Amino acid sequence: MPDATGPDQIFQRALTNGEIMLPRCDDCGAYHFFPRVLCPHCHGTAISWHPASGKGRVHTTTVVRQKPERGGDYNVCVVELEEGVRMMSRVEGIAPGDIVIDMAVTAFVGGAEGQPAVLFKPAEV
Amino acid sequence: MTTKLRGKSAIVGTGHAGFGEAHGLTAYDVMAQSALAALGDAGLKLSDVDGLFCTMMEDSMPALMAAEYLGIQPRFIDGTMTGGSSFVNYLTSATMALEAGLCDVALIVYGSNQRTASGRLVTASRPPAYEAPYNPRYPISAYAMAAARHMHEFGTTREQLADVAVAARAWAQHNPEAFERGPLSRADVLGARMVGDPLTVRDCCLVTDGGGAIVMVRADRARDFPKAPVYVLGSAAESSHRQISQMKDFTVTAARESGARAFAAAGVSPSDIQAVELYDAFTINTILFLEDLGFCAKGEGGAFVEGGRIAPGGVLPVNTNGGGLSCVHPGMYGIFTVIEAARQIRGDAPGIQLRDVDLALAHGNGGVLSSQVTAILGSQNTL
Repeated sequence: MPDATGPDQIFQRALTNGEIMLPRCDDCGAYHFFPRVLCPHCHGTAISWHPASGKGRVHTTTVVRQKPERGGDYNVCVVELEEGVRMMSRVEGIAPGDIVIDMAVTAFVGGAEGQPAVLFKPAEV
Repeated sequence: MTTKLRGKSAIVGTGHAGFGEAHGLTAYDVMAQSALAALGDAGLKLSDVDGLFCTMMEDSMPALMAAEYLGIQPRFIDGTMTGGSSFVNYLTSATMALEAGLCDVALIVYGSNQRTASGRLVTASRPPAYEAPYNPRYPISAYAMAAARHMHEFGTTREQLADVAVAARAWAQHNPEAFERGPLSRADVLGARMVGDPLTVRDCCLVTDGGGAIVMVRADRARDFPKAPVYVLGSAAESSHRQISQMKDFTVTAARESGARAFAAAGVSPSDIQAVELYDAFTINTILFLEDLGFCAKGEGGAFVEGGRIAPGGVLPVNTNGGGLSCVHPGMYGIFTVIEAARQIRGDAPGIQLRDVDLALAHGNGGVLSSQVTAILGSQNTL
C-alpha cells in the first residue's frame, strides 16, 4: 500500500490502524477538524499529526427516531474534544435518549457504515 | 449591499405556481409557470427578460436548464447556490446587475415538485464526508442539535418551540394559498411524532411542491408597471459554515451580521419593520432569527414567541402567509419570504393583509443555518 499523502488519506489510514490522529498547525499551534491542507485559523500550511487524547464532551445531541424494523432510534451528536475541535459522531453503550449535553465521553475507533470511524462511549468516572 | 444601492432596484412582479401538489408536472414546469405568473403580474413577457437568477435542487446546472426551458438567452445569469437563502441573495446581485446596466429585466425564479415526485426533500447535494458515516437525517438532525443547545443554554422550552408552529398555522388559516389550514394547538405539536429530539414532525416545515418568481427592474422605471413598486432598501449576506459540526456557536447564526448590514444599508432598525418574513424550516429558526436580527435579545426568543405574540393580533407579525411551517415549503423556501414581504407592502397579501405596510423584512436561510441573507423592502414612501 503506498504511503498516505493527502490529509484525508492520512486520517483514514490512521483509523484503519486503530488510531485517531488529529491535524495541528505548526504555525499557530491550534488543532483543526476536518483534515485539510491549510489551517482554517491562521491559514498556515505546515500541518503535523498528533494522537488524539480521546477525551471529549458532548456539545449537542439528538436522537434520530426510526421504526424498530428499520433499526430503531440512534444517536447523532457533536463532540468537542479536549484539543478544541468538534466532530460529528455518536455515543454508544448508552440509550440514545440518555445522552446529554456536557456528558464526558471517550473516543474509540469503531465502525460506521462498514468503515472505521471515530465513535464515543461514556467516560469512566 | 451598501447605502449606495439603497432603493436602486424594485420588485415589479411576483408570482407562484404549483403550491401544495403539482400533479403531473416536473420541477422545471413549476418553475416556468411561476415565471409566467410573475411576468404577467408585471405586464412583461418572457422575451423581455435579459437577466436570470435561478437555482434548483435537481442538478448542478439548474440556471442553464431554466434558461433553456424558458427559451431565453440571458445576458446576465447568476446561479449561486447557497441553499434556500439563494433567492434573497439574488436581490443583491440583481440590484448590482441592473444598476450596472448588465441587464434591464431581472427574473428570479424557483420551482420544485418534491412532494409529488418523492414525498421528501430532493437534493443533488452530497452528504459531507466527515458527517455521512453517522447518518444524520438531513437536514433535521442539524436543526435538532441547534434547538437542543438553545434549550440547554437559555432554558428555551419545547412549548415555546411549539408556539412558533401554532402561530404560523394561525396565519395560514386566513391564507387560501396555504397548504395546511387545519387547527393546530400547542398540545398537537408536542404530541406529534418525534422525528429528531427535541423536534416533532410539527416543528418541521412542510414538504410540498411549488415555485415562485420575482421580476425586478431599475428604480428609475419602476413606476411604469401595473403594480406599485417594492424597493430593495438593503440586502446583505453572511456565510458561516456548511456542515453543522463546523458551526462555531449553535445558538448564534450569521443572521446577526447579515441583519445588521441590511438594516444599516436601509437606514432603518428592527422597531421600524411592520412585517417580518423569516425562513422557518424548523421552529427553532424563527426563534434564532428573531434574536439574531435584533427583534429581541439573545436567549429571549423563546419568551418572545410564547403565547401567540407572533400570531395574528400579537406584538409582531411574523410569517404572515403561514411560513414554511404551514403555507408552502418546496425544498427551498427563501423566495417566498420576499414574495410575501412584497405583497404586504403592495397591499395584495393572500391572507391577512396588514394595514399600511411601508417596511418589511425578508430573511433567507440556507444549508444547515449556514448561509444567512437579510433584505429590507420598502414602499415608495420609504425612498
